[in-house]
Amino acid sequence: MKQLIKGNEAIVKSAILAGCRAFYGYPITPASEIAEAAALYLPRAGGVFLQAESEVAAINMLYGAAAAGVRALTASSGPGISLMQEGISYLAGAELPCVIADIMRGGPGLGNIAPEQGDYNQVVKGGGHGNYRTLVLAPDSVQEMADLTRLAFDLADEYRNPVVVLADGYTGQMMEPVEFPAAAMLPRRPAWAVDGTAATRRNLITSIYLEPDQLEAHVRKLETKYRRAEQQAVRFESHRTEDAEIVLVGYGIVARILKAVVEQARAQGLAVGLLRPITLYPFPAAELRRLSRQALAFLVVEMSTGQMVEDVRLALEGRRPVEFYGRCGGNVPSAEEILRWVRERADHYWPAFAPEEMADA
Amino acid sequence: MPEYTVIHEKARSFYDLYERKAELQHQTHYCPGCGHGIVHKLVAEAIDELGIQDRTILVTPVGCSVFGYYYFDVGNVQAAHGRASAVACAVKRALPESVVLSYQGDGDLAAIGTAEILHAANRGENITVIFVNNAIYAMTGGQMAPTTLLGQSSTTTPSGRNEWNEGYPLHVCELLAALEAPVYLERVALGNNKQIMGAARAVRRAIGNQVKSLGFSLVEILSPCPTIWRKDPVEAQHWVRDEMAKVFPLGVFRDRGTEAGARPAAAPPPALDEVPRLLGIVNGSRLMTDRGGATVDWRIKVAGFGGQGVLMLGEVLAEAGLDAGMEVSWLPSYGPEMRSGTSNCHVRLAAAPIDSPLVSRPNVLLALNQPSLEKFLPTVEPGGWVFYNGQTPPRNGVRADVRVIGRPFTQVGDELGDARAGNMVMLGALLEATGLLPDEAVEGALKRVVKSERWLELDRRALARGRAAVREGSLP
Ligand SMILES: Cc1ncc(C[n+]2csc(CCOP(=O)(O)OP(=O)(O)O)c2C)c(N)n1
Ligand code: SF4
Repeated sequence: MKQLIKGNEAIVKSAILAGCRAFYGYPITPASEIAEAAALYLPRAGGVFLQAESEVAAINMLYGAAAAGVRALTASSGPGISLMQEGISYLAGAELPCVIADIMRGGPGLGNIAPEQGDYNQVVKGGGHGNYRTLVLAPDSVQEMADLTRLAFDLADEYRNPVVVLADGYTGQMMEPVEFPAAAMLPRRPAWAVDGTAATRRNLITSIYLEPDQLEAHVRKLETKYRRAEQQAVRFESHRTEDAEIVLVGYGIVARILKAVVEQARAQGLAVGLLRPITLYPFPAAELRRLSRQALAFLVVEMSTGQMVEDVRLALEGRRPVEFYGRCGGNVPSAEEILRWVRERADHYWPAFAPEEMADA
Repeated sequence: MPEYTVIHEKARSFYDLYERKAELQHQTHYCPGCGHGIVHKLVAEAIDELGIQDRTILVTPVGCSVFGYYYFDVGNVQAAHGRASAVACAVKRALPESVVLSYQGDGDLAAIGTAEILHAANRGENITVIFVNNAIYAMTGGQMAPTTLLGQSSTTTPSGRNEWNEGYPLHVCELLAALEAPVYLERVALGNNKQIMGAARAVRRAIGNQVKSLGFSLVEILSPCPTIWRKDPVEAQHWVRDEMAKVFPLGVFRDRGTEAGARPAAAPPPALDEVPRLLGIVNGSRLMTDRGGATVDWRIKVAGFGGQGVLMLGEVLAEAGLDAGMEVSWLPSYGPEMRSGTSNCHVRLAAAPIDSPLVSRPNVLLALNQPSLEKFLPTVEPGGWVFYNGQTPPRNGVRADVRVIGRPFTQVGDELGDARAGNMVMLGALLEATGLLPDEAVEGALKRVVKSERWLELDRRALARGRAAVREGSLP
């Protein structure tokens, strides 16, 4: 049965149903409800909740829990994610799975606590040191906060790599109906874990490889995983792109607004569609290239000064013009303002697009 | 015949051959006379004696002992610089049956990892910390450590540590002894054989405490680093005994090993099929009244002061919409805006799946205060509804193209028993005027959202009063 629930709370319930039994975190708006819900529910399910002394400690506690073979979760927002980057690098280097929810707020510095998408670069492009990636999932609804959290745990285990659920303050704070899976699962401890038994005594969790050849081999192994993810893990949603001549690109809450823009633009006779990346890494580059055969232009909207837009440009390799509209600082663009911009760009790319004039003729 | 036998035997908890090491697999990477080698031996012997090899998990730091896992035939986890105790806490909490050792140097524990060790100790984590204090950053070539002695030269204190620039040597045992939770804190040294025997006893004690589940134990070991100190192994031992121990007095700083009871064990986990219920996840189907019709699309903005029940009014609408078989979304304002006293939320109730949960062009505005009315009235779609508190028309003009209902909703709430019930008076008026939601759905929603009986009763009366106000035009 569907329940009306906040995005932040949905993450926790879904995580526990997916077998998460450890949460370590540090409060920060707009992510704190995740820690609060974890504090309430994890002990009931026989799991560990601990408010750590800092995000630095929290991410290293995740490292410990993951090393012990437990599905573990943390949550934070911009400033806290910045502090976690070193630990995330260690987790990736030591091939430890875990799930990190980043409920983005305004930056840089203390910025503000309103919704923004300014953490894209630090989350999707690494942020920590060394040759590693995190897999990044971008929910656009409360149902997806639940569904993608579950998927995040599965991907983390499959790739033995940290997975980030990247959402914004609105998606964390809003309530929508959610259907949870009826049954809870609890995966077995993986064979590589160090779990204090004779069987795993020879297991070792580390990220240090002193010899250059050894380290290169290790980094190549990580790279192979990322190439495999690029082949197998890409997810996106296409909305009315079949005949679209202008393709809007946006993720998370922005994509929801863009859906309204698509409807309003269609009502005005503009052939507009939406591509919503669900995985930000791996990025749906092939789908963008496929769409470039039919689309005249790609219009990217973000709540940032333009971060994902660079990945769109990289994917399209100059095949089609890519333009950008962004709001930041916690301002969320309205469907109306985006529609005005889309119409203006449509007129530019295809004067014949202007439907009223056509009707007049 | 001598009465003793010489045993050339390694502790069982050491590997026979150090295969994880690239070369010279029969010896360690430590320099001759290095304290780490001795401490390793003491730890391995304690593990053997306590019979816990299979259960032991060693967390190694960043420092000269980063490769502890070359030698210890136990579960091994290598941690980031300074974070070994944080990692150890989580390993232990995940595996209460294991015996978790956090092995750390003075840079690792007392500089970059100060917060982690302090809080691990303060929480009384049931782990054992082996703290090797050699008064220097050895691995990185001899920079100052927080424990470097005054006057001691290092590559970053070329003319000796000066208290006016670098402060004083940090006394970890004394610092942690200020906390309630630790069970055992002792400082020992490796300055001669007698001291080493004492260190062996302390290490065994600290690990034994964990086996008995007593809580946090830490042994600080003053330890020679002949290489960086530029002394031969014998001189280095003397320096530990004669110089370091003067600054860092040896002794027991805390010992509750005898009086402390075992920590309470965690409750057994629930059966897996109990978990959804424990999370408050309800299965079964909702009684849908299926109302609304195919074209319904309510875009509602609720706004007012914090404390007027703005978010709750929105929540009742969304919950009721769900019962009525509609698609729903509820989006609050949050943060500083709330702190400055205003609050608003966006509610959508629709037949079709909801695209944007943001309401920028509402067709219903519920303005519980004057500033909200003035701010949002211009955004209301022509033909939409506006409900506001009071009878004064907004200063920024009246709009002829919207339906406006102004009543003293808050005042009515106050008369009914609490001004905060004004939000439900307004909801009653909205329902009556628009037929937005069926009664059963609203009643079901109220029961889910309002937890107290007193408020439930008050809210029901408030709703009825609001309905009557519109039906009979009975409010002033
Ligand atoms: C974040 C970070 N900063 C700095 C370093 C470099 N580093 C490695 S070991 C070390 C100090 C080690 O000193 P200590 O903990 O006293 O151990 P010892 O080598 O003396 O046994 C430093 C600064 C690092 N690895 N990571
Ligand atoms: S440098 Fe010092 S601490 Fe490091 S191995 Fe050599 S003696 Fe031991």
